Amino acid sequence: METQSKFSYYPGCSVEGMNKAYDKSARVVCDALKVDLAELNDWNCCGASAYMSIRELRAHLISARNLALAEKERKDLVVVCPACLNTLTKTNHYMAENPQLKKTIGTALKAADLQYFGSVKVRHLLEVIVNDVGENEIKARIKNSLKDLKVAPYYGCQLTRPFGEVDDPEFPTMLDNLLTWIGAKPVNYPLKAKCCGGMLMMTKEDVGLSLTKNLLECAKENGAECIATICPLCHMNLECYQDNVNKHFGTDYHIPVLYFTQLIGLAFGFSRKSLGIDDELTPSKPLLEKHLEVIR
Amino acid sequence: MTEKIGVYVCHCGTNIARTVDCKSVAEYASHLPNVAIARDYQYTCSDPGQEMIRKDIRELGLTRVVVASCSPLMHESTFRRTVSSAGVNPFLFQMANIREQCSWITNDRELATERAKAIVTGAVTRVNYNEPLEVKKVPVNPDVLVVGGGITGIEAALQIADSGRKVWLVEKEPTIGGYMARFDKTFPTLDCAACILTPKMVSVGQHQNIELLSYSDVIGFSGYVGNFTAKIRRRPRYVDEEKCNGCGLCEEKCPLKAPSEFDSGLGKRKAIYRPFPQAVPGTPVIDKEHCLYFTKGACRVCEKFCPKGAIDFEQKERVMEIPVGTAIIATGFDLFDAGKIKEYGYGRLPNVITSLEFERLTHASGPTAGKILMKNGKPPETVAIIHCVGSRDHNYNEYCSRVCCMYSLKTAHLVHEKTEAKVYEFYIDMRAFGKGYEEFYKRLLEEDVAFVRGRVAEITDVAQIPSEKGKLVVVAEDTLLGMVRRIPVDMVVLSVGLQPRNDALDVAHTFSISRSRDGFFLEKHPKLAPVSTAADGIFVAGACQGPKDIPDSVAQGGAAAANVLSLIDRKEVELEPSIAIIDEDACSGCKICPSLCPYHAIEFDEKKQVAVLTAAVCKGCGVCVAACPSGAIEQQNFTNRQLLAEVEAVSA
Repeated sequence: METQSKFSYYPGCSVEGMNKAYDKSARVVCDALKVDLAELNDWNCCGASAYMSIRELRAHLISARNLALAEKERKDLVVVCPACLNTLTKTNHYMAENPQLKKTIGTALKAADLQYFGSVKVRHLLEVIVNDVGENEIKARIKNSLKDLKVAPYYGCQLTRPFGEVDDPEFPTMLDNLLTWIGAKPVNYPLKAKCCGGMLMMTKEDVGLSLTKNLLECAKENGAECIATICPLCHMNLECYQDNVNKHFGTDYHIPVLYFTQLIGLAFGFSRKSLGIDDELTPSKPLLEKHLEVIR
Repeated sequence: MTEKIGVYVCHCGTNIARTVDCKSVAEYASHLPNVAIARDYQYTCSDPGQEMIRKDIRELGLTRVVVASCSPLMHESTFRRTVSSAGVNPFLFQMANIREQCSWITNDRELATERAKAIVTGAVTRVNYNEPLEVKKVPVNPDVLVVGGGITGIEAALQIADSGRKVWLVEKEPTIGGYMARFDKTFPTLDCAACILTPKMVSVGQHQNIELLSYSDVIGFSGYVGNFTAKIRRRPRYVDEEKCNGCGLCEEKCPLKAPSEFDSGLGKRKAIYRPFPQAVPGTPVIDKEHCLYFTKGACRVCEKFCPKGAIDFEQKERVMEIPVGTAIIATGFDLFDAGKIKEYGYGRLPNVITSLEFERLTHASGPTAGKILMKNGKPPETVAIIHCVGSRDHNYNEYCSRVCCMYSLKTAHLVHEKTEAKVYEFYIDMRAFGKGYEEFYKRLLEEDVAFVRGRVAEITDVAQIPSEKGKLVVVAEDTLLGMVRRIPVDMVVLSVGLQPRNDALDVAHTFSISRSRDGFFLEKHPKLAPVSTAADGIFVAGACQGPKDIPDSVAQGGAAAANVLSLIDRKEVELEPSIAIIDEDACSGCKICPSLCPYHAIEFDEKKQVAVLTAAVCKGCGVCVAACPSGAIEQQNFTNRQLLAEVEAVSA
């Protein structure tokens, strides 16, 4: 197969800390699919969703710095975190629509010897794999089909909203399709694009816990054996806070949560270790043993 | 001969005089070449004002006249008549707009006065080059084409036919009646829709002056006011309308069932069918997609049982050409596709239905014989009605669909009347503006319907608390309480909005009419010419022009009929002479102009290799004049010489 178009890979801060397994599995899968992910040189934090609401202009500035770096490399930017996707895309949109803002940002970038004309597209890895790589290339690499593993496809709120450019804003189907391609069975998951609580887990724990509980409950009621995520923060809430949910609500959830890249990697026959599996708090091993022909 | 020009600078009360020094403009104009007299006057359009002009023409022997006042759209025709009645050709009159283009757009008196002088100079210079033109008259064919057999088209057709004129009524569906035939009750009076509609449908079917062409569409329309030709495609019904007596035996015997379009897919019909029992014409139609003979090559049961030998599997599509003088477009609307709003779950959640599906459920001859039932066959205990679905929403249609508030109230009333269910209405603003509408709203308030003010965020079947289990939960911010509410219900009725028909663009092209930004057909003037269009002799009526309820649609159908009859009774129409003229000798045969003409007035003569213009069809828009690379096209009353003289004078 020909080498796919080249991208600048913007990992974002969270996968360098809490969510290393996401980064690890993404790189392994992209390597297998020949999606060239060269890490963007000298990238900085995107400011996440929080900074934008406190210091808007500065948030746009640090976001624009990454866009300028990517433009210098003449590549589109691929991200794995929907919050990064949103922040960077927002700056892109605002600069295109607001000449005054574009000018201000331009002046600031110039001080750092940078400039940004607005040519960079920011894309989430899920969308790149589904749209650029596509069904045939993925199916061709299946060595270890997930054999009807029942998965709740969880998109979270930031992949499709507010911009809605890549899929239906309220009922996306992209991840559902990808899961079928690798042999899994996406369950009916009406809350698939609803919020997990995000940062509320730190600031208003009871609200955060109840939103996460809704997601776990809905997955279980629809027969999901695990949840597939595409967002580091969603992943953390669903995975690390399951115990807290159980304590708080007297429930008994033990639902493994896996990144979509880990599920693809498993289907491609990579070892659990190379995909960062087994680090999770709700072990997925028993489940995987049940479904996979070979377990490495 | 030296021209003698009269110039009249109008004050328009204070409209112009407030910012323009009219006296000094008149004084200035009096020194322009060929100006014999220049006056300023309070209201030039008044009777004494006009008489002043006529007197000057008689006494001073004026040959040309300029009035500096308002837009030509207002009073050009007035002053043309004034000069004409005093013996001056009306096209030797020129209007200078110093109101809309001058006095109204600034508060700077000095600047406005200077500007007025420039505009007047332009008009005076130009009028020297104006040429006398003759207005042509053409006879009007008294036959009328009405497109669309909904309540609007029915009303228009009956009004015209009753006056003794011939009407060709074209309807796309196998029956006339439109949406109204599918409704149960009508707001606010709650009369049964069929009871008031079917007598009119029968009248159409029986009327000696109405030629009903159902299951047909207009595929071409050419000509000009008073003399159009409509090309109509008649699709085969496979049943001979002349022979069929409408006994219904074929329907009874047909072995195949298909979803009924008339019942919004909730009920079944046969492969040979009449959409509903009172259909007009009563002749059934064979649905080729489902008919066993057409799909499998065998059956023909209907043919065997038909006592009249009316079944004709060999029937072919026919195209007929009909000469008419005028046309009324009453093609109606489409309903908003509720499935587009994914968060409302239409198509995914079984008991979320549209208002039209509800109409069929509650209709006595509908799929449940008038019982309001859920998909499991049980009556609902709670029903939510959601307003503004697809309307007042920048994601879909920005406009208000006008009818939904009222029909939602009717829906609530019918649920209340026929079931024990508790009803919730979710609205943004309650718009009850028509006669008897507010009273109807008040009645519903007393019927104990719970009104929740808030746009619904989502309808979900995911329960958060035990009492929501197995229910549809309507989530909305109640803006009066200032909090988010989750209300569990059994059935949700989506009050979908109205939008332009999916073929509105094609229809607009066929008839050379325009559409407004929202996609509905554009009227000539929103207030003063609501059923006319920019194309003379073609009228629009009903919901194809914008969302309308039944009373308004009927009123427009009547208005369009009156417009048509007034044209017919004039017997002939005047054609505006400011049209394009092609100089055949200068035409290079490049074929640019025929493709640009929005009115299909220019054809290419292959033999002579030149463009040829049909004068009566030309509307004088000037597109071809500007586009012609050889300068072979001139527009009368807007010749290059006239326009350049004006531009040069204004900018001097």
